[in-house]
Amino acid sequence: MNKDEYQKLVKKHEPQENKVENALIAFLVGGLIGFMAEGIIKILMGIFDLSRVDASTWTCLIIIFGASLFTALGFFDNWMSKAKAGLLLPTTGFAHSISSSALDYKKEGLITGLGANFFKLAGSVILFGILSSFVLVIVKVITLG
Amino acid sequence: MASKKFNNVYLKDYFTLAGPLEKDGLLNNYDLTIDDYYYGEKTFEQAEVKMQQVVVDNLLNYNKLTDSKIDLLIGGDLINQTSISSYNASRFKIPYLGVYSACATFCEELIVGATFISSKLAKKVVSVTSSHNLNAERQFRYPVEYGAAKKHTTTFTATGAVSTLLTNEATNIKVESATIGESVDMGIKDVNNMGAVMAPAAVKTLVTHLNEMKRNASYYDLILTGDLGKVGKEIFLEMLAQVHDINLKKYIDAGCEIYSNSQETYAGASGPVALPLVLFNKIINSKKYKKILIIATGSLQSVTMANQKLGIPGIAHAVSLEVL
Repeated sequence: MNKDEYQKLVKKHEPQENKVENALIAFLVGGLIGFMAEGIIKILMGIFDLSRVDASTWTCLIIIFGASLFTALGFFDNWMSKAKAGLLLPTTGFAHSISSSALDYKKEGLITGLGANFFKLAGSVILFGILSSFVLVIVKVITLG
Repeated sequence: MASKKFNNVYLKDYFTLAGPLEKDGLLNNYDLTIDDYYYGEKTFEQAEVKMQQVVVDNLLNYNKLTDSKIDLLIGGDLINQTSISSYNASRFKIPYLGVYSACATFCEELIVGATFISSKLAKKVVSVTSSHNLNAERQFRYPVEYGAAKKHTTTFTATGAVSTLLTNEATNIKVESATIGESVDMGIKDVNNMGAVMAPAAVKTLVTHLNEMKRNASYYDLILTGDLGKVGKEIFLEMLAQVHDINLKKYIDAGCEIYSNSQETYAGASGPVALPLVLFNKIINSKKYKKILIIATGSLQSVTMANQKLGIPGIAHAVSLEVL
């Protein structure tokens, strides 16, 4: 049996991921996060008399803090893996990746462990996030002036 | 010849320790179980060292042996530089060899130990192997607290430690022969499908063993593979039937025997302890099988090489046991 034939044999036995179900779960969970965030924004605007921009910033911080706290308390990883991309794409996924790395490597020292591995998973997001926003700004300047 | 026959090599005793999830699984007669992944230590790595130490200590105590009576300690695990075994070895005054075959480590240890005893270079050899789910996650995948969504082909590293004592004095379990496997790369690059990586190696080793020993598969009362898992097992069986026209009837994969279906462990258990946990706590104590062929399978990947997008080599070592 050569490598190509073997690939076909493996494909045959690989259980298919249910993409529709995964997408639906991600849509509902991600949507719920967005819905909750909108609620928090409205509350902040109402109670503290904040502008929408300021209230959005505070909401972002609250969500990041919540995801990090739940990670530290030890149950957010279960939610993450069950919610597919639903909790991965909002800021919750980003916060979770950083806090889980920090928790995991703190035993290897502040500098060599926690500091060196803090952005282990999130580093790519930051780098390519900044790069892509840079490119988009250029596109915006060229097209819209 | 990849196959070797041994003279006067016997398995005298063993000690098995299993983790919290394994305790709630399908097998329930482990010698010792632990409820806490930290096992009273500060880190998971130190917990795994302690697990190894406990199984070796217990094995020596039960057999009233001291360090000086053991000619060789062979240790292996999944963590960088086989550090768990080496740190454990430093707690004993026994000459030590560290070995690595990923999840096929258990059989490699038996083969090395049996070779020493068969050639009369040693009388008593202790081997120990362990894996810890959270250490393996850290080593090969993500930080422990990171909740990545997993594919159905992923196997779940079992937590446990197993020690065995080989001697030249007759006991009721004879280590009869062994086949050292070749490293086989069939171009599978998916680290989340280790069953597919290891299945061709298991096929190769089994066929080599049967040919060189001039035996049929039916010679054995049971053929037990290590940790192919639910997906790898099917690939293994189909490849055997398609290419070599061998249909296994008396066959079990240890990876499918540790966790129940309700435990979320995807394609089943993996890790170097998967095979010995099932062998000692299900197969041997059932007293149903006399001639047993165990084939431990390993996926020889590293994170570095996997990121370089190379095919992953698989390995499988077979050992034939006779329960008298």
